[in-house]
Amino acid sequence: MLGLSIKEVSAALREGKLSATELCRKCLQRIRKTRHLNAYITVTEELAMKQAQEADNRLLRGEALGPLDGIPFSMKDNFCTERVETTCASRMLRGYFPPFNATVVQKLLDQGAVLMGKTNMDEFAMGSGSTDGAFGPVRNPWSYSSPYRTLSPGTDLDFDWSITGGSSGGSAAAVASLSSFLALGSDTGGSTRNPGSLCGVVALKPSYGLLSRHGLIPLVNSMDVPGIMSRSVYDTAIALDVLQGRDVNDSTTVHVPDSPAPLPQEFDIRDLCVGVPKEYHAPGLSADTLAQWTRVASLFERAGARVHEVSLPHTQYSIVCYHVLCCCEVASNMARFDGLQYGHRSAVESSTEAMYATTRHEGFNDVVRRRVLSGNYFLLKQNYERYFVKAQQIRRLITEDFRRVFSSGVDVLLTPTTLSDAATYSDFIEEDNRTRSAQDDVFTQPANLAGLPAITVPTSLSARGLPIGLQLIGQHLQDRKLLAAAHWMEQQLDFPRIRLDEEDDPQETKSGWNRERERTSVA
Amino acid sequence: MAASCSGHSAMLHKCVRFKSLCNVHLCSGVFIRRIWTSRSKCQLQPKLQSKSSPQMVGVVALEIHAQIQATSKLFSSSRVGFSAPPNSHVSFFDASLPGTLPVLNRRCVEAAVMTGLALNCKINTKSLFDRKHYFYSDLPAGYQITQQRLPIAVSGSLSYSYLGGKKRSEVMMKSVRVRQIQLEQDSGKSLHDDQRSRTLIDLNRAGVGLMEVVMEPDMCCGEEAAAAVRELQLILQTLGTCQGNMAEGQLRVDANVSVHHPGEPLGIRTEVKNINSARFVARAIDYEIQRQFEVLESGGTVLNETRSFDSKTGTTVPMRDKEGLQDYRFMPEPNLPPLFVYEGVASVPDGIDPAQAVVIDRLKAQLPELPGVKRTRLMEEYGILPEHSFTLVNENGLMEFFERVVQKTKTEPRKLIGWVIKELIGNLNLQNLKVTQSPVSPEALAQLLNLLESGFISSSAAKVVFQEMWKAPEKGVEQLVKELDLELISDREELVKICQRVLEAHPDLVQVIRGGNKKVLNKLMGSVQKESKGRADPVQLRKILEEMTS
Repeated sequence: MLGLSIKEVSAALREGKLSATELCRKCLQRIRKTRHLNAYITVTEELAMKQAQEADNRLLRGEALGPLDGIPFSMKDNFCTERVETTCASRMLRGYFPPFNATVVQKLLDQGAVLMGKTNMDEFAMGSGSTDGAFGPVRNPWSYSSPYRTLSPGTDLDFDWSITGGSSGGSAAAVASLSSFLALGSDTGGSTRNPGSLCGVVALKPSYGLLSRHGLIPLVNSMDVPGIMSRSVYDTAIALDVLQGRDVNDSTTVHVPDSPAPLPQEFDIRDLCVGVPKEYHAPGLSADTLAQWTRVASLFERAGARVHEVSLPHTQYSIVCYHVLCCCEVASNMARFDGLQYGHRSAVESSTEAMYATTRHEGFNDVVRRRVLSGNYFLLKQNYERYFVKAQQIRRLITEDFRRVFSSGVDVLLTPTTLSDAATYSDFIEEDNRTRSAQDDVFTQPANLAGLPAITVPTSLSARGLPIGLQLIGQHLQDRKLLAAAHWMEQQLDFPRIRLDEEDDPQETKSGWNRERERTSVA
Repeated sequence: MAASCSGHSAMLHKCVRFKSLCNVHLCSGVFIRRIWTSRSKCQLQPKLQSKSSPQMVGVVALEIHAQIQATSKLFSSSRVGFSAPPNSHVSFFDASLPGTLPVLNRRCVEAAVMTGLALNCKINTKSLFDRKHYFYSDLPAGYQITQQRLPIAVSGSLSYSYLGGKKRSEVMMKSVRVRQIQLEQDSGKSLHDDQRSRTLIDLNRAGVGLMEVVMEPDMCCGEEAAAAVRELQLILQTLGTCQGNMAEGQLRVDANVSVHHPGEPLGIRTEVKNINSARFVARAIDYEIQRQFEVLESGGTVLNETRSFDSKTGTTVPMRDKEGLQDYRFMPEPNLPPLFVYEGVASVPDGIDPAQAVVIDRLKAQLPELPGVKRTRLMEEYGILPEHSFTLVNENGLMEFFERVVQKTKTEPRKLIGWVIKELIGNLNLQNLKVTQSPVSPEALAQLLNLLESGFISSSAAKVVFQEMWKAPEKGVEQLVKELDLELISDREELVKICQRVLEAHPDLVQVIRGGNKKVLNKLMGSVQKESKGRADPVQLRKILEEMTS
């Protein structure tokens, strides 16, 4: 039951084959059984059961609110949830209960979706491993699945599990471990796609401005977007349909016309032009990932799509550009955390300044403090031109690279999502957060600079038995076209379903393995 | 050079005060004579002469924060209200709860555009918002959203004038360049309780829309600056874009003051803050100019610092904060797209509802008659004196009062103005009332003036009636005239009787008149009016007296 897609489970709910409370209870059980993954910071059990009951009442009356009515979902812990603790995985916000819901949370609740909990992350979304949060690292569900155990023998799972990627690792783990059908992450430099890829789930970073950021505690306002994680492209499209659109509370959102269906009805792979950027052959790209990239490119080609090599010459500058802009906005956005009105407040009261200093020292981890410090340095009057202004110029060049490629007729770009499959925790922490972020965001981050939609689709398992994903990048506000291409790609790949040791329903899992992947009528 | 020396006495007076305040003997070093400053002549320009250098002059620029008159704040829907209970008008955004975003209030943009138009500014059809960072307890986000790089209005000017000249009745016309008008957020208020070493914070004001009007250093003394502030205040009030009450902080003035030798680069400036009345603007600036003269004369240097004006002592003192050293780490505000306003409805792009857009032409058409235009019109239309045009325009509602009286009487506006300025304002000021609170309506005053005009009462009687009208507005003018027995005596016999009595009492004066000095007749006229309580018809009276003394 838990392995079904939203489309399937939604139909089952409407047909009365399944009740929302039953589904909710199953998910809560799954959460308890996978507690070692540390995917959730808060589990909203009571609230979830209450919402599920309400969904059942509607379903019984045949008055379902939409395709998400009764569907369990979870939110990254940097989205404000009314009267539900929202911590950003930081001591700073421990015990903070926002008085309002983020717009995306409200939209899901308005559709009858059932909130299971708030998911773990890197502190204030700064990281690419979900290893740097105040509540400990998140563990990749695939490191407990049979392929990994078979293919990577000798790993001691109490010590050497693999990471989820980050910063939305909790959301990815929740969807991958089947405790939520849908989870929202946030994506600033790849924070949704990176863990999506490493945990083998579909993860979409929509176009900037398509989804409201109101209630998303910001990392970099000019790049942040709520990201959607689910187990299929179709499910992602359903969620996007619900979530997108202009929000009066977020002046950067854009209006989109209503669409008749989650995915475009008319899609012919032979009309598609796929660009393969040569600069994405980056150092450190694993052989496994490269092989998958090549394989999928030829899949497109064989099906009749035009596949071209393209050039995005400024790609190499994107990480350093991102680093500067990110630190600047972080320094600014974190300024409000002074202990006066909410969140952590230090016991030091000798002066207001001393209280600020100790509050911030105690409340933020090293990663946050380091970025705040760098950002304030870059923004100093004497440095502003040399760093911030330069970075903005680079950003425009990178955006221009994409614009040029797309205006030459390319519809989507096919790239790797990450350099390789998930690292083990012990390997990952050998490098510091900044180095890791720089390495791991290399393929995902340019789309954020340019505000483009991008999606990672699970492609295959690596030699170690861990997921590998590939990324498609689309034109600004052409999210539906991107989803259509991703959907086609997903159909061609036989990515295996996860098989955890502690399956609560072996019978179902078995049938799930053999279940033919959902195919819709696409050419 | 037209500048007169009328400021001497005032300046010398000021010097004496400075001296007593500062306990420094410097009046000997100060003298006044006509000078040109770098931009304008100022009568009250304090200046310093020392043997080594020619005279120095003051240079003044202003930064004026005007709270936008709007029902809600600049970026949130919280209400704006002075003296509301603390923290009762605070939205999640105002309190900077994480995840909240700014949503621009169109009314505030329109107010800034109107103000820009009234100040002859170029309106930027695209402007940008920036963050200005500093830690302060009443700035909850740790930054203020302002318009540092590309403000909504630039390159304007403010024409202002004040009364100068020997009798302070000469209109001195001046102009100051307006560098820019920027939209920004107000901060909250901190209340420091030193005894219990704690600070109370009220965020009601946090996020209220401000227009910061930045004026170039084109003024040279306190009087000019104060006049510019008053004129701006009047313009804002006329536009309805700011209520302009300085005591309530709706209009706040920071003055940048420096001194230099004309023709040389500007000196190091200080910023004087906390000036909460136009009168204090003049005092604070003149004090600061004088202080800088003294510092330089004694061989010191002026420090680039923020000073606070203490209205009790009339001095400026350094503020303890580190404003001067602060690096605000400006950064573009990423949550607000560029602000677009449009020249005309035609230039509003598709996809934007023209009714929701800020359209310059539309606002231009709504501009009311501005004070400068009003004054010129009043002088031309009614032939009144410039100083009277000032009073009429500067006093809220007075011009309307005056014009209503004009409409209802045959009395010449030039005669009528005295009644409005002397009697009406005099009485209002005595009781500290506004024009709108006047017990005597324009209609009642017009009635009174008509009685005077038609010769029914004398002008001295009319003044008595006016006072009675003030006390008992419910009684009609004619009723009061009757009750007070103030109708003009035009009965010849009665007048002759009174004249007889007066002439008998002053045989000496009669002699003088008969001796050829006809001017003395006026004295007799006065005596008769005294006797008749001002009720004698002056035309008849003169005739009778002339006959009787011939």
